[in-house]
Amino acid sequence: MRLITHNMLSSNIKGVSNGFPLRIEAAKVVEKAVDFNPDFLKNMFSKIEWNALVEASRTLGYSDLPENSDPSMLDSDAFLRSFHHALLELHLEEGALVCPETGRKFPVSKGIPNMLLHEDEV
Amino acid sequence: MWYLCVFYHRLLEFRKPEFESLAGLFDDDYTVEWRLPDGYHPDSPFHFVNLPSEELARSIANRSILLKGIYELWGEGCNFEELEEAISKYPEDRKLPYLSHGSTFKITVDSFGKVFSSHEQSDRLQKLSFIPFKGRVNLRNPDHKFCLIDNNDYGSGNGLPPIVERRIFFGREIATSHRKVVRKYQLKSRKYLGPTAMDAEMAFLMANQAQVKSGKLVYDPFVGTGSILISAAHFGATTMGADIDIRVVRDGRGPDCNVWSNFEQYGLPPPVALLRADNNLPPWRSGLKEVLDAIICDPPYGVRAGGRKSGGRKLLKGTVDPYTVPEEKRRDHIPSTAPYSLAECVHDLLDVAGRMLVMGGRLVYFYPVVAKDEEEAVVFPCHPCFEVIAKCEQILSYRYSRVLVTMVKVRAYREEMEIAGRMKRLDLKENHLKWMEEAGSLHSAVFSPDMQATTTPAGDEKCSQKPKYRGKYV
Repeated sequence: MRLITHNMLSSNIKGVSNGFPLRIEAAKVVEKAVDFNPDFLKNMFSKIEWNALVEASRTLGYSDLPENSDPSMLDSDAFLRSFHHALLELHLEEGALVCPETGRKFPVSKGIPNMLLHEDEV
Repeated sequence: MWYLCVFYHRLLEFRKPEFESLAGLFDDDYTVEWRLPDGYHPDSPFHFVNLPSEELARSIANRSILLKGIYELWGEGCNFEELEEAISKYPEDRKLPYLSHGSTFKITVDSFGKVFSSHEQSDRLQKLSFIPFKGRVNLRNPDHKFCLIDNNDYGSGNGLPPIVERRIFFGREIATSHRKVVRKYQLKSRKYLGPTAMDAEMAFLMANQAQVKSGKLVYDPFVGTGSILISAAHFGATTMGADIDIRVVRDGRGPDCNVWSNFEQYGLPPPVALLRADNNLPPWRSGLKEVLDAIICDPPYGVRAGGRKSGGRKLLKGTVDPYTVPEEKRRDHIPSTAPYSLAECVHDLLDVAGRMLVMGGRLVYFYPVVAKDEEEAVVFPCHPCFEVIAKCEQILSYRYSRVLVTMVKVRAYREEMEIAGRMKRLDLKENHLKWMEEAGSLHSAVFSPDMQATTTPAGDEKCSQKPKYRGKYV
């Protein structure tokens, strides 16, 4: 699971009002190179919850993202590179995503988060 | 300027919409204008199209799956005398640059529905000697390609009504199709397949309908083995997929035969996200809106594979109380799922698409249609955010077809739509059994023994029910 996915997901258990961001429990993190596409990054930038991305990338051991961001930074190649790396190249291969409200763990195995709810959570 | 389009004679209803979608992709404020050659049937593969530039024509052709070639028409006529007259009247400045000394050229002789022998071909080429070609012939790698199309007799077996009058076209080839990908990505050489993997030709048509290109984010909520996303990735899009069946997306048939390996096989970038999620209860955070550029999918509609959604036992209303998972079993609990009716599935799809697509983003999906005895209008799903751009029918059997629906988001997703969506969802839940019966009736309409076929003697009757021209492979 890349952090772009983490940035989109929340816990949708019935009754949970704030299921975002999911806390990451990392058991195995890998890095996978992805082709650098500035257009895609610029396209995505405004849709990303920055704080959640910064936090998540630190959990996975990458701390090069600035605390705050604004669109003017997209002109900097260095910024784009670190944004690219955090968003697309860090993978949570094994671990879990934890609902911030209930503590329910959504397992991540072989890089695939399992967001399916139990019968009594629907 | 008007160009001659020659299509493949397949998937008849898909041809113009594909062309128009591609025109929109390369030039978004251009409306395509069509014209039929004199006396031609609308389903014939020959059409004239008005385009602002040769460059646009080339861009479209180079991505098209159903366009065979696009030509600058130099002349047409009922016989070679008329053709000669038309070509000699065609402006010199449009012809001379392609006839010059030192250039190389090739002329292809073609027809529709029949093959010319080499003798017939050279006979026709001789008749073109009035064109002042100064270059040399090069059949391997010519600078300029020309095409002579002589339609006299469609032959039989293509289903079109007989040709009224002989028509000969001569033109310069601008570009040919991108059809080679159909072979490259054909399912029979793909490693990981599921029972409903989308065939390569259709997957590429879907990607073209969705105007996929580099830098765009494309999502398939019923990703399965990834067959649709592969075409989107081929055109440079960033892809994302979800499926409710974790074995399909996570495990596949082992470490070297899964969704990831399918992308690897073709050297395509893998999806940026694959997850197990339920289209009925999508796990997206509430603030996430207008993030996807296109959603392309083949929803499960219960004919070859039925959909599932979470919350199984609850739906068996009154018979069993909602199942509570005991604390000690939570960790490895495998939640049960319930069948997912087509009506609910499509409703959820439109609701998610309304929220998640950017303005102008496209939703492309298949919808099943049962052939009715009378011309009863089929009711297609609709949503206030969307306008329908194209509906292309693919006939699967004489009782059943599927329609590729292309919708474009024209209005923002507002709160009242969200509320209306929620109400509708409750209603669908309440009447779950009724909708499931409906899905069951689709299944039986497709698979039940055919009473009519056993009582009526011949195939003629069947054809009259659905007056469409289906060539051998259409």
